[in-house]
Amino acid sequence: MPDRAIELNGAVGDSIKTTTCYMCACRCGIKVHLKDGAVRYIEGNKDHPVNKGVMCGKGAAGIMKQLSPAKLRKPLLRVGERGKSEFREIEWDEALSLATGWLKRIRETDPKRLAFFTGRDQSQALTGWWAQMFGTPNYAAHGGFCSVNMAAAGLYTVGGSFWEFGEPDFDRTKMFVMFGVAEDHASNPIKIGIGKLKGRGAKFVSVNPVRTGYSAVADEWIGIRPGTDGLFVLSLVRELLLADRIDTDFLVRSTNAHWLVVRNPGGADDGLFARDEAGKPLAWDRGSDAAVDAGSSGISPMLMGERLLPDGRRAVPVFELMARKYMDAAYAPETVAPVCGVAPEAIRSLAAELARVAFEEAITLPVAWTDAFGNRHAEMIGRPVAFHAMRGISAHSNGFQTCRALHLLQMLLGAIDCPGAFRFKPPFPKPCPPGPPPAGPVQPGETLKGPPLGFPTGPEHLLVDEAGEALRIDGAYSWAAPIAAHGAMHMVIRNAHDGVPYPIDTLMMFMANMSWNSAMNTEETVDMLTAKDANGDYRIPRIIYSDAFFSEMVAYADLVLPDTTYLERHDCISLLDRPISDAEGAADSIRQPILAPDRDVRPFQDVLLDLGVRLGLPGMTKGDGSALYPGGLPDYLVNHERRPGVGMLAGFRGTDGTLSGKGAVNPKQLEAYIENGCFWKGEIPEEGRFFKHVNKAYLDWAVAMGFLEKPDPIVMQLYVEPLRKFQLAAEGHGPRLPPERFKARIKACLDPLPIWYAPFEGTEIDEAAYPLHALTQRPMIMYHAWDSQNAWQRQILSHNKLYLPRALARSLDISEGDKVWVIGARGRVQAEARPMEGVNAATVWTWNAVGKRAGAWALSPDAPEATRGFLLNPLIGEHLPDGETMNADPVTGQAAWYDLRVRIEKAVQDEIALRPSTLNLPPGLERGAA
Amino acid sequence: MTDLPATTQRKLGLVIDLDTCVGCHACAVNCKQWNTGGAAGPLPDHDPYGAQPSGVWFNRVHSYEAGDGAAGRTVHFPKSCLHCAKPDCVTVCPTGASYKREADGIVLVDMDKCIGCKLCSWACPYGAREFDEDEGVMKKCTLCVDRIYNQDLAPAERVPACVSTCPAGARHFGDLGDPLSDVSKLVAERGGFDLMPEMGYEPTNKYLPPRRATSAPSTCAKSAQPEGEIEGRLLKWLDRVLSR
Repeated sequence: MPDRAIELNGAVGDSIKTTTCYMCACRCGIKVHLKDGAVRYIEGNKDHPVNKGVMCGKGAAGIMKQLSPAKLRKPLLRVGERGKSEFREIEWDEALSLATGWLKRIRETDPKRLAFFTGRDQSQALTGWWAQMFGTPNYAAHGGFCSVNMAAAGLYTVGGSFWEFGEPDFDRTKMFVMFGVAEDHASNPIKIGIGKLKGRGAKFVSVNPVRTGYSAVADEWIGIRPGTDGLFVLSLVRELLLADRIDTDFLVRSTNAHWLVVRNPGGADDGLFARDEAGKPLAWDRGSDAAVDAGSSGISPMLMGERLLPDGRRAVPVFELMARKYMDAAYAPETVAPVCGVAPEAIRSLAAELARVAFEEAITLPVAWTDAFGNRHAEMIGRPVAFHAMRGISAHSNGFQTCRALHLLQMLLGAIDCPGAFRFKPPFPKPCPPGPPPAGPVQPGETLKGPPLGFPTGPEHLLVDEAGEALRIDGAYSWAAPIAAHGAMHMVIRNAHDGVPYPIDTLMMFMANMSWNSAMNTEETVDMLTAKDANGDYRIPRIIYSDAFFSEMVAYADLVLPDTTYLERHDCISLLDRPISDAEGAADSIRQPILAPDRDVRPFQDVLLDLGVRLGLPGMTKGDGSALYPGGLPDYLVNHERRPGVGMLAGFRGTDGTLSGKGAVNPKQLEAYIENGCFWKGEIPEEGRFFKHVNKAYLDWAVAMGFLEKPDPIVMQLYVEPLRKFQLAAEGHGPRLPPERFKARIKACLDPLPIWYAPFEGTEIDEAAYPLHALTQRPMIMYHAWDSQNAWQRQILSHNKLYLPRALARSLDISEGDKVWVIGARGRVQAEARPMEGVNAATVWTWNAVGKRAGAWALSPDAPEATRGFLLNPLIGEHLPDGETMNADPVTGQAAWYDLRVRIEKAVQDEIALRPSTLNLPPGLERGAA
Repeated sequence: MTDLPATTQRKLGLVIDLDTCVGCHACAVNCKQWNTGGAAGPLPDHDPYGAQPSGVWFNRVHSYEAGDGAAGRTVHFPKSCLHCAKPDCVTVCPTGASYKREADGIVLVDMDKCIGCKLCSWACPYGAREFDEDEGVMKKCTLCVDRIYNQDLAPAERVPACVSTCPAGARHFGDLGDPLSDVSKLVAERGGFDLMPEMGYEPTNKYLPPRRATSAPSTCAKSAQPEGEIEGRLLKWLDRVLSR
């Protein structure tokens, strides 16, 4: 069609390459259009399993990340004092020689003196393995302040977890209930899902203190008080139990509801499962009136009644313990409503509606399937209520148990991995917990005996010394955090500074803004990074840091190893790590370089492998010391096998590329991925797509793929025995006992049945002085994409405000734009006020990580991020006010940054907030041009 | 001033679902990305790393709250040119640079004729026009006219960038002049409405209102039971015959 003013035709660019987005943690497939060697347009890949062609506002801004003036350009060596951002550029050879020298000495003397922590997820399957080969247990990624409560609770309870290892059945659910999701995790899959719900007229309920983003389009918004979700959920549980609206068939077939628990108050076995001589848990069979293997089929398990076991002990089914616990009046809606800040009617009606939809609107798929016991079923019956949860559940000190409470609710409704419910994403479900336990410190020069992060099932797996004190620098897997399955990165700088439990030599970090928005207690953290001992030496002697951009953390490094952007490197999103699977199939993906860097930078993972060779690490070197993977990361991705036939990538394996899951190395594997749009997906056979934990077709497929060792049913753990083992130790049983200061908390919090307790910070401070909860949410336009302070994103959001309830604002005579002080037990920060309606009455909140330090990210020092933006991090302690106890979940060590309590005061006109000094730009960088 | 076609053969436009839009800005940024390198580009940025970052955006998402208490709602409201049937932005144009296409109703600017007088932006009650300070010309949403007819794109991709990318599926594109088109049917079913109809511009783009909350759910039959009833309930489970 001709037009007088505008060209209607024309190719978008001169070439198209596929890869995987990195603007957030969603890992969508993208098509990058190039024109004259530059990025012209990035769009979603319609074939990709994650995003199916759509792309969010972050992904579309990738072009401006590539053009960011904050890109680091060359290795940097500190020449001034730490924190002054005074560097000189050095060559890569010098940089790597320096790093090798430092690390070699550590490995030869005391390998745990290297603390290696990564921020943004980048193939933990590689970085964790590297730490293992180096021989340091002091490794973790950022999960300790992200979502370990959800991951651990899910893996110990149902064999999968919200977000990463499971997803709502958006195609079929009739009622979707979302807890504490702050516009992120996941990004596009949830948006696509909400679109589907809306299209079908399904009900969407959001339980969240703040009504923004996804919550804004919910049919019902429950503006709960932060940190009380667990109590709210257990009240729903009580209502369902009282009304007998539970799926007892599901409970005996999929969970340990019928397993017998020994009752022997004061005894060393009190609360453990009654087991037969082979160690198999027992249940009471109605037919034979005897204790039998709880996992056997053809039995009629009893849910109630104390029994006398053949060995003379008394035992009671899990179900009875559970039912008695939650039917207690302590969980009555009238009792919990004032604590949760919701009406009792809201709890009752939600419980009634969940039950109505689950049981009266059950859906049926005409798909025959066989269960793990060999019984054939003609169809699949679904209870179409689906749950999802994230940060608002996870980031509290009661998050592990709250998430367990949510899984309990799902189990009672029979709404797990059935049509219309929460569904597992392969390689999940796995046995609860999946194992192995974490590997501890080793002798100099040795590799760890297993991965540094794992899953303890009792005190014997803790990494503690004879006195019961931590062996890891972050305190993970100690009595302070027995199931710290993601480590506790938020404790590393504090502990390394204090020399607790021992001093370290080198802190090596990748893309973790630990001097700014990723730190708790930011101001003191900066002091700790620069603190010196009596000899004038830094208390943390060396800091190696890798980042692609000039973040606030760069200024605190001694040696900076500049990374590439996501469009300039290979990566893999591995099933060994954090897969991109969906409920219908397993999937993994790669990134391929779209552009060659125009700077002297190298991909961090290649650098890591290079360092491994220079250090002579096993797994990275041949016998003669030469590189096992001379081609760097691409070589490693294709040729490294974790165990025979299992490598970083599951697709296109075998010499001819036709095998999936397991198979010999395929030298053309990366080419096959690229040919397929940079991803691979292996579909589950149709009859294996639901009830995966007990579905023969699924379990057999999972074994064939290498996801499971045996096709045994996976039993969900309504009652988590490992927690009870820790409690028993706290009660004085067993060879390994916790130090006195941990006993009370372990007894109280590591309950084998879900419980609720008030978040710790609120119980440790004067609540009257700090009556409000303060939260940080992640803005949809920036979540996980603030690593370049993108020119387009910051036009949408360049400074954050303090959102507060309108009624509260009125009572304090605060109007929009007024300066206010947010005052916590540790100090105060200044903010601009923005009253709003849709927020819990006792809650204030702001957007996370929008405030920047002046000069960072190559922004102009007068950028609003620095002059008007702010962080709440300075108010959040890594310890509770007692100065000793971790401000964390007592089970997992998850940083409790949503526990923050504050009060608000209107700022007097002439009060000026002090802001940190402006950072110098490193050599080679220039402030962004106008 | 500039004349309008008496009628247009089609009325291409957008239908935006306010019940589904989560305010993620995907449409706005994708629009920026497509158009800055496209036929209507560039869409310049001013002071992109400085104190007052700003730029040309053909599509912007506004978020605000409406109503108090339980009746309150947070609304995400994406807004771009509505390609009105009676657009004063065209009729006020002194040079004929602004025009409405007879074939499909799309309102465009011929940048070669635009003198940057900004009369059109004063005339537009929706604030949909964007002035390019660098080139001194007015720019605006083209409904991705360089996508929707583009023979070099696969047919499935011939929709505006904002529609193509919307993760929640809240944006729809089609011929609102054809009562049998999907978008017309959607508007009819969902009670789609015009933005500020009282102004008389007859916008082509429609907005779908938030759905009414579903009917009040039933309440739990029993609650807060006395202790005796709890024991009775437990006994009931004691008698339940289950199998596995």
